[in-house]
Amino acid sequence: MIHVSTTVNGDAREFLCDPRETLLDVLRDRLELTGAKEGCGTGDCGACTVVLDGRPVCSCLVLAAEAQGHEIGTVEGVSDGEDLHPLQRKFIEHAALQCGICTPGILVAAKALLERDPDPSETEVRYWLAGNLCRCTGYDKIVRAVLDAASEMREAT
Amino acid sequence: MAFDEEMDEFKVVGTRPDRPDGIDKVTGRARFGADATAPGMLHAVIIRSPHAHARIVRIDASKAEAAHGVKAVVTRADFADGLEGENWNILENLMAGERALYDGHAVAAIAATSSLAARDAARLVEVEYEVLPHVTDVDEAMQEAAPVIREGAADGSVPAGMHPNVVRCHDSGHGDPEEGFAEADLVIEERFTTEATHQGYIEPHACLGTLGPDGRGELWCCTQGHWNVQKVCAALLDVETSKLRVTASEIGGGFGGKTAVFIEPVALALSRKANRPVKLVMPRADVFRATGPTASTSMDVKIGMKKDGTITGASGVFRCQGGAFPGAPMEFTAMCAFAPYALKHVRQVGYDVMTNRPKQAAYRAPGSPMAAFAVESVIDELCNRLGLDPIDVRLKNASREGTKASFGPSWDRIGLVETLEAAKEHPHFSAPLAEGAGRGISCGFWFNHAGETAVQLALSEDGTVQLSVGTPDIGGSRASMCMMAAEELGIPYEDVRTTIADTATLGYNEISHGSRVTYASGLATIEAARDTVKKLCKRAADKWGIDAEAVEWRDGCAIPSGPNAGDFDPMPIKEIAGRMGQTGGPIVGHFEATPEGAGVSFATHIVDAEVDRETGATTVTRYTVVQDAGKAIHPSYVEGQYQGGAAQGIGWALNEEYIYDEDGRLLNAGFLDYRIPVASDLPMIDTVIVEVPNPGHPYGVRGVGETSICPPLAAIANAVSNAAGVRMQDLPMRPSRILEALKARS
Repeated sequence: MIHVSTTVNGDAREFLCDPRETLLDVLRDRLELTGAKEGCGTGDCGACTVVLDGRPVCSCLVLAAEAQGHEIGTVEGVSDGEDLHPLQRKFIEHAALQCGICTPGILVAAKALLERDPDPSETEVRYWLAGNLCRCTGYDKIVRAVLDAASEMREAT
Repeated sequence: MAFDEEMDEFKVVGTRPDRPDGIDKVTGRARFGADATAPGMLHAVIIRSPHAHARIVRIDASKAEAAHGVKAVVTRADFADGLEGENWNILENLMAGERALYDGHAVAAIAATSSLAARDAARLVEVEYEVLPHVTDVDEAMQEAAPVIREGAADGSVPAGMHPNVVRCHDSGHGDPEEGFAEADLVIEERFTTEATHQGYIEPHACLGTLGPDGRGELWCCTQGHWNVQKVCAALLDVETSKLRVTASEIGGGFGGKTAVFIEPVALALSRKANRPVKLVMPRADVFRATGPTASTSMDVKIGMKKDGTITGASGVFRCQGGAFPGAPMEFTAMCAFAPYALKHVRQVGYDVMTNRPKQAAYRAPGSPMAAFAVESVIDELCNRLGLDPIDVRLKNASREGTKASFGPSWDRIGLVETLEAAKEHPHFSAPLAEGAGRGISCGFWFNHAGETAVQLALSEDGTVQLSVGTPDIGGSRASMCMMAAEELGIPYEDVRTTIADTATLGYNEISHGSRVTYASGLATIEAARDTVKKLCKRAADKWGIDAEAVEWRDGCAIPSGPNAGDFDPMPIKEIAGRMGQTGGPIVGHFEATPEGAGVSFATHIVDAEVDRETGATTVTRYTVVQDAGKAIHPSYVEGQYQGGAAQGIGWALNEEYIYDEDGRLLNAGFLDYRIPVASDLPMIDTVIVEVPNPGHPYGVRGVGETSICPPLAAIANAVSNAAGVRMQDLPMRPSRILEALKARS
C-alpha cells in the first residue's frame, strides 16, 4: 500500500492505496466522494472528470498515487457552501440534465473552461466538452446553459 | 366546457419550474447505482465467454476459490432449476447453461473482499470450451447452412419450411397490395439494412444486494423497473417475491436497456453463498458485449404511387435479429412501418431471427426507427422521381382520426397532420440550402403504453404533500408529477415532494417503459389527488355541518357551494391538514389501476446535412423536431426528450454499429470505437411542441420519450441521399459507405 497526502476541494486528505488503484477509485471508495462517476474506466466518457491543479483530467486514467502533493477539485467542490455556482444554477434552470450521470463531469469541465475563457463561442463550448459524453440531452440545453452562465459571470465582474 | 378549452386553464401545468432533484444532481449528492455501500460489502466480477458459440465442457474454480479474499463463486448450478418461458431465457442469458451463446455470455461470477481481489481471482477460473459454428448476420442466420442456435425455439406463428433460427412471425394488413401496385404510376422496391446499436446510457449497470439464508433480501439497483427486478430475481433464485425488497437508485440513463435484468440475480446468488452484501458493477466492455443492443434488421419495402402523390399500395418484409433468444421486436417493426399512412392496400410481415449475439433489449420505440428508415426512404425516392413535395405527399396520405391503421384498428384522435402542417410552416422547411447540402423529411410513429400503476399521495400536518410513485425517474418525471399534483390540489409546486417508492411501499408498478411515466403515473397522480380532494372536502363539510357534495375544491381551499355558497369562509388545505388528527386521522389519497388510453404519438423531422465528397463524412447542419405531445406538462423536459431522441438517431444513422469479426467477437466494445455523438458533432436541435390532446388522459398527455427516435434514421438518410445524389440503403452511413456509394455512382 502507498501512503498519499493530497488536497481535495481545499481539504488536506491522506489515504493508503494499492498501486493499481485509480484516482477515481480512491475518490469514490476511500474518500467517499461519489460525485465523480465511472462511465467507462478508459477515459472515453468524461463522467469522472476532476481538476488536477486546475487542469481537467479523467480521474479513471490517473493513478491515485499520482495525486501526492497535488490539488484535486471534484463536483462536490464546485458550489460555495450553500451558494450554487452559476453553472449549477443554469444547468437546473435550462433543464440541461435529464438523468444527471454525466452532469458532475460536465460541470467540472465547463467550470475549467470558463476560468480560462470567460467568453467562449458555441463552437468552443462544443469542442471543449467533446470529451464528456451525454446520451440524454443532445447537448443543446447543456451548451445553452454554459453560454448563459458565462454571460451572467461576465456581467457580475 | 370542452376538453380543449379546459386545457387552457392550467396554473402549473405548462410552466417550467426547477426540477426537485436538481440540486442533488448538480452537486454530486444524487446516489446512482454504483454509489451505495454496505458494511461487510464484497465486490463481484463476472467471467464471460470469449467465444461466439461454444459448448462449456468444464468450469474449474478451485484455484480461484483458494485465492486471497475470495468468498464465493457461482455458476449456473447456483440458480433455480426448472424455469420456463421468459424466466428461463433471462436466466440462460445472465448465466450460461450448457453452451455459451455469444461473445461476452456470462459463465461464472466471483465475490471477493475488494474489486482488485475479485478481478485477480477471475483470471484463475479455468473454463474449457468446445468451439461451435456461429452466425451473427440476420440474413445468413435464415439460410439453410446456418448453425441452429436453439432447436425447437420457434412458435406456431412461423410458416413451415423456414430455418429453425426463425422463431416468430407477424403478418398483418388489409386489401391487396398487388392490386394497389397495378394502379400506381411508379412502384419502387428496395432492400434496407440497419446494424445493431446500443442504448449507450453513460451509467453501467450496478447493484448492491443482500440475500440471507432465510430467503430475506435487500436489493439496490439502477433499473427502469424495480418491481420487475423483484419478480425476476425471486423466480431465478427460488425465493418468495415479498421477501426481497428492491429499491431503485437514481438511474443514469436507460432508454429501454434498463428494462431487462442482467446482474441483480448474480449479486444475490453470490450474497446468499457468502452471506455478505455484494456489490456488482459492470465494466463498460461488458455493457456492450452482454447487455441489450437493439435488433439489427434486413428489410424489403415496396410502395406504389400515382403521379398526384396518392399511395396506392405498400408492402414490407422486416427481418429482425435479436441475438441468441427470441424477442426481436419484429411485430412492432412491421406494425409501425406504414402507420403514418391511410392505405387501401397494405401488408407487413415480420420475422424474429436468432443469432450468436447478445439478447436484444428494448431501445426507445423498439423496431419503429428501422421500419421508418426503409419506408420513408422509399417515399422520398418516389417524391424525387415524381417531382412531388415530400410534405404535401405525406399530408395527402396521412392517417387521421377515423382512418384505418395499417395494422388494424381505426385511429382515435391523433396529431400527425398537425405535425406535418407545423413542419411545413417552420422556417427551416423553406430555408435555402447551401450548395451540396441535402434536406430530408420523415414521419414517425409510436404506440405508447400505459401499464399497471399504483400511486399514493399523503398529506402532511402542515398542508404539504408527499407523493409516492413507482416509476423510476429517468428524465425529470418527478418534476411533472409534482406539477400535476400541485395543479389538481391548487397548491404551490414546491409544496409537493415526489419520491420513487421501493417495492415494499406501493403496489406493483410496471417498468418505466413505453413512454408511460408522464401518462400513467401522471394520470394516477391526478386521480390520487382527486381522491385526496374528496377526503379534504368531507372534513370541511363535517366541520361546517353540511353535505360533502355541497363542498367544492378551488385554489387549495374547500369552499361551500350550491345552497350553502357564501355561508362559510374558504377552508385552506393547511387548516384541514393541521387538524386532521382530531377530525378523523391521516388523509391519504391513492390510485391503483391499469389505465387504458395511452394516446399514440406522431412526429415529423426536418434535417439538413452536408456530405464531404473527399472523406465521405456527414455533417448535420440543421435539425428540427416537430412532435405531438398531447399536452406538455413541463415543456423543457418535453423538448429534452425530442432533442435526445434526435441526437441518438443521428448516432444510429451515421456512426453507431456493432462490428463483429469473422470469429463472432465484438470488435468495438468501448466508447472510443463505438462512437456516440459528442457535443462537437451536433448542431442545436430546434423543437416544436404540437398539442393535440389525448382523450385518454385527464390533461391530454401523450407519451413523448420514444416517438422522437422514430423519424431520425430516415430523415437523415433522406438528407444525406439528397446531398450525395445517391440513395443510401444501409445504416450506419459511415464515411467509407458514402465514399463507396459515390464511387459506384460515378
